[in-house]
Amino acid sequence: MKKEGQIRIPSGCAIAAVISKDGKKMSGDLITQAMKPMHVRSNGLGGGFAGYGIYPEYKDFYALHMFFDDRSSRISCEAFLKEYFEIVHCERIPTRKMPQITDEPIVWRYFIAPLKSMLANLQLDEKELVSRIVMKINKEQNGTYVFSSGKNMGTFKAVGYPEDVGVFYKLEEYEGYSWTGHGRYPTNTPGWWGGAHPFTLLDYSVVHNGEISSYDANRRFIEMFGYKCTLQTDTEVITYIMDYLVRVQGLTLTEAANVVAAPFWSTIEGNPDYASRRQFTYLRTVFPSLLVTGPFSIVLGYTGGLMVLNDRLKLRSMVIAEKDDRVFIASEEAAIRTMEPNAGKLRAPKGGEPVIIQVKEGAY
Amino acid sequence: MGVDFIYPEFEVIRNESRCIACRVCERQCANEVHFFSPERGIMMSDETKCVDCQRCVSLCPTRALKIIRSDCALRENANWPDSTIKEIYRQASSGGVLLSSMGTPKAYPVYWDKIVINASQVTNPSIDPLREPMETRVTLGKKPDKIRRGEDGRIVYELPPQISLSMPILFSAMSYGSLSYNAHASLARAAEELGILYNTGEGGLHEDFYCYGPNTIVQVASGRFGVHMDYLKAGSAIEIKIGQGAKPGIGGHLPGTKIVGDISRTRMIPEGTDAISPAPHHDIYSIEDLRQLVFSLKEAINYSKPIIVKVAAVHNIAAIASGIARSGADIIAIDGIRGGTGAAPTRIRDNVGIPIELALAAVDQRLREEGIRNNVSLVIGGSVRSSTDVVKAIALGADACYIATSALLALGCHLCRTCHTGKCNWGIATQNPELVKRLNPDIGSKRLVNLMTAWRHEIMELMGGMGINSIEALRGNRLMLRGVGLTEKELEILGISHAGE
Amino acid sequence: MKRVYVDEQWCLGCHLCEYNCAFANSGLPDMVLALKGKPIYPRIHIEGHDKITYAVSCRHCEDPICVKSCIAGAISKDGEVVKIDRSRCVSCYTCILVCPYGALTPDENGVMQKCELCLENACGEPACVKGCPNRAIIYEERGEA
Repeated sequence: MKKEGQIRIPSGCAIAAVISKDGKKMSGDLITQAMKPMHVRSNGLGGGFAGYGIYPEYKDFYALHMFFDDRSSRISCEAFLKEYFEIVHCERIPTRKMPQITDEPIVWRYFIAPLKSMLANLQLDEKELVSRIVMKINKEQNGTYVFSSGKNMGTFKAVGYPEDVGVFYKLEEYEGYSWTGHGRYPTNTPGWWGGAHPFTLLDYSVVHNGEISSYDANRRFIEMFGYKCTLQTDTEVITYIMDYLVRVQGLTLTEAANVVAAPFWSTIEGNPDYASRRQFTYLRTVFPSLLVTGPFSIVLGYTGGLMVLNDRLKLRSMVIAEKDDRVFIASEEAAIRTMEPNAGKLRAPKGGEPVIIQVKEGAY
Repeated sequence: MGVDFIYPEFEVIRNESRCIACRVCERQCANEVHFFSPERGIMMSDETKCVDCQRCVSLCPTRALKIIRSDCALRENANWPDSTIKEIYRQASSGGVLLSSMGTPKAYPVYWDKIVINASQVTNPSIDPLREPMETRVTLGKKPDKIRRGEDGRIVYELPPQISLSMPILFSAMSYGSLSYNAHASLARAAEELGILYNTGEGGLHEDFYCYGPNTIVQVASGRFGVHMDYLKAGSAIEIKIGQGAKPGIGGHLPGTKIVGDISRTRMIPEGTDAISPAPHHDIYSIEDLRQLVFSLKEAINYSKPIIVKVAAVHNIAAIASGIARSGADIIAIDGIRGGTGAAPTRIRDNVGIPIELALAAVDQRLREEGIRNNVSLVIGGSVRSSTDVVKAIALGADACYIATSALLALGCHLCRTCHTGKCNWGIATQNPELVKRLNPDIGSKRLVNLMTAWRHEIMELMGGMGINSIEALRGNRLMLRGVGLTEKELEILGISHAGE
Repeated sequence: MKRVYVDEQWCLGCHLCEYNCAFANSGLPDMVLALKGKPIYPRIHIEGHDKITYAVSCRHCEDPICVKSCIAGAISKDGEVVKIDRSRCVSCYTCILVCPYGALTPDENGVMQKCELCLENACGEPACVKGCPNRAIIYEERGEA
C-alpha cells in the first residue's frame, strides 16, 4: 500500500490548543487530556502535539525532531547535517513502551546551529537554509524524515490515538506556554508516522481538520518557491503557505489569513471602508492561487502565539474559550472543559475570521 | 464536367407533399441552390452549389427540406479516402493551394473528452451554488513577486495592469472583415453585458465600437492593419498576434473583394487591395525583438494595460512560452491545432501544430518549474466547446479560455466551413449587406449572453460538486482531473493520474 | 397600445410573415393543408425592392379613416383594435382607396380583410411577429400617440 506522500489521503480530525497570554508554562499532560473526550474524532491512525517554550536550555538552536527507519539512515543523515550545521546536542527522544503504540521508528532530536561559513557561502539567511535542508532531507533521503525544525519548540507525533501518543512521548515532562494537539481520522491506513499532525516548518506548526478542495492549486503554486510537498497533505501545504506569506512575503498573520480565507468578492465590495476594500482586493488579486477552499479549521502555532482560522464557509467546527491568562481552542467544547471546567467567553469564530492570540511581549 | 466533375457532396431532399412553394429557401440561399420552376409549379434545387449551411432547412416553415450527404461514392479505399481523392482532382484542376475554413475536421484526439472531473463524497462537502456564493471572477495580468511596504508599514498597493473578467472566458480574435459588422456588434455588446472581453482580431476597430473599449482587446498582428494611436488606447488590453492554431507559421489574406467601404477605412488600406498579413512580424525575428515590440506598445499606452502575446501551439511551445513570459508580456494566449479560422490553407490547418490540452499542460508545468508562472496569465483556445472544456482547461492550469467557434455557433453558424467564400447565409462571415443584415445583433448578443450564462451556471455546479467555491482554487488543480483511456505518456504530459488511481 | 412595428433594417424580405399570417388566419391545423397548392391572401405584405424590404400591415390608427369611409359600416374599432365584419363588406374597396398604408386587401373572393393582431385566431399573438427569423417585426407597447 502506498504511504503518505505517494498518494493523497483525505482525513477528518480533532483539534485542541491552549496558550497562556502571560507566557506561563503548562505541562504537556494538559493537552493530552484534552484529546480524550474527542476520541471518536480520531481512528487511531495518527496523533500528535506541538509545544512552544519547551526547550529553554537550547532556545537558540534549531531543534530537529527526526524519524529514522534504521541506524544507517541516522548515521548518513548526521553526516549530511554536519556539512551545514554544528550539532550542539543530540539524543534519542524519550518514549514509553506501550501496547497502544507499535512499529516505532528511531526517534531522535538534534539541536543545531547553521555554520556561518555555509550561510555566507550560500548567501542565505539562517531560516532559509534550515528550511531548504529540511525540504532536501524529506524529499531525497529515504528512511529519514524531519518532523520538527523550530527553535524552542517541538512536535511529537505517532500512529495511534492522540491521548496515547501524549503518554508515549512523556509529554507530562515538558513545560510550554502554548500547546496544540491533533487526532487524525484518515480514510485509509498508510500507518506512517510522518503522516500524523502537527505539521511544521521552522517554528510554524499547523494542526488542521478538513479536506481542502484547492489542494493541488495551492501545492503547484507554492512549489514554485522551493517548497516540496512530500506528504501530499493539506496540513503540509497550509504550513508552507503561511511560511511563504508571513516569512517570505512579510505579511502579517491577519493579512495572510485574508489571503488563505479571503472574503468573497461580494463581501469585499460591500465593505464600507475604502482602505480595507482596497487591501482585500489587492491581496486577492496578488495571491489568487493561495486561496484555500473546502472545509478546514486550523490552529497555526508560532513563537509567541497561535492563530485560529476557519474556511470562509465555516464548514468545520472550532470553538474558543478563555479563563484568566489562558485561551483554549478545540473542535469541541468538551475538550475545552477537560482542560478548564470553568472556561468562559465561549465563542465560535466566523468563517474566514482569523483569531490571533499573542503572548505578551517578553513573556516567551 | 468530364474529368473535373465531382459529384455534389450534399443532396437536397425536398418533401414534395410538404413544400408549399413559399420560396423562402430560394430567397435565403446565397448560393442559389433553390429555384422555382414556373412550368412545373414546384421548387427545384441545384445541389452542386449546396454547402450544407442549413439556412433553408432552418427557415422552411413546413419542414419540407433536409440536406443529406450524397451517397455517390468512389470505390472504397482505406488508403485513399474519398476526400483525399477529390482534393487531388481539385488541385489537378486548379493548380492551387486548397483553402478551408473553421477548425480542422480531422479526428485528432480531443483530450477534453478523455479527462473526467472529480466531485466530493463524504470527506468533504459539495457546495450548492444556489445557496452559497460561487465565484467565477478572474483577474488576468502579471502578479508582483514581492509585497512592498511603505515607511508607515502599510502595503503599497502597486500592481501591474490587470483585466478583470466575470468568468474565465473571452471571445477570441476574429477580425472585422472576416466577420460582419453585425457579428462584431453582437460580440461587443455581449462582452459588455457579460463583463468579459472580445477581441478585434487584425481588422482594426470600427469607429462604432470604440464605446465598447473597456470590453475590447485590440490586436496588433503582422500586417498592422488598422493600428494607430487611438486604436491602441481604445481597449483594455493589446494582443500581439504571432500565430493562430489553425495556421501556425503563416500569415493571413483577406481578398481585395472584401476590402470595401468601412472595412477598408477600418483597416486603413485602399479599397480593393488584398490585405496580406505576412507570416512573421517583420520586426520580430527573435525573442528579443518580441520584447522590444512589447515594450514599444507599453510605452505607447504608458504601461496602462496588459500586453497579450498570442502564439499557436507548436512542438516547442513550453520553451516558447517561457521565453514570452520573460519578454514583458502580461498574458500568453495559446491556440491549439483544432482552433478555427476564417480561411487557411487546408494542409496547414489539418497538419501543423499540437492539441491545446497538451500544450497547456506542458506550458503551465514548465512555467511553474521555472518559477515564472506568476509573471503571466495563461489564456488558451483552440476548440473550447463547453463549460466542461473550460473547467478542465482551468484545472490543467489556464487562467481563462478564448472561445470563437462556440460563439459563432451561438450566432447561428452551422459549421459548413465555407467562410472563405464570403457567402455566409447566416450573416456572420460575409460582407454582403443583404447577408449581413440576417444577423440582428439584438438577437445575436442575447444568444451569446445566454450561452455564457448557461456555461457559467454549469461551471458553478461543477465547482460546487468539487467543493470549490472560487475559480482561483480550481486553477492548476490537476488532482481534480483523471484521464480515461490515455497512455502513460499522455498522462505524464497532462500531469494527471488515470481514473482509478 | 401594443402594436406591430416593423424594423426595415432587419427585414430580410423572406416573406415568411405572409405565410405565417395566411396560415394563422386559415383556421386549419396544418400549414401544408392550409397553404399548399393555392395562392395565399395574407394580411401582411412585404413591400420594397432589391435594397430594402419591409412588412406592411394595419397600424390600428387612433382615428382610422377606413372606419369613417366604410359605406357598409363593416369596419369598426373594438377597443383599440380596428376590426372588420366581413359579412357586412360589400367589396366597394373604398377602404383600399383611403388607407394610407395599403393595409387592407381583398381575399380570394374579393371580400376585404385586414390584420386583427391574431387576437382571435388560434395563434393568439401576431403570427408574423412570432415567426420572423430576424426580429424585424415586433409587437410591443411604445407609448406614442
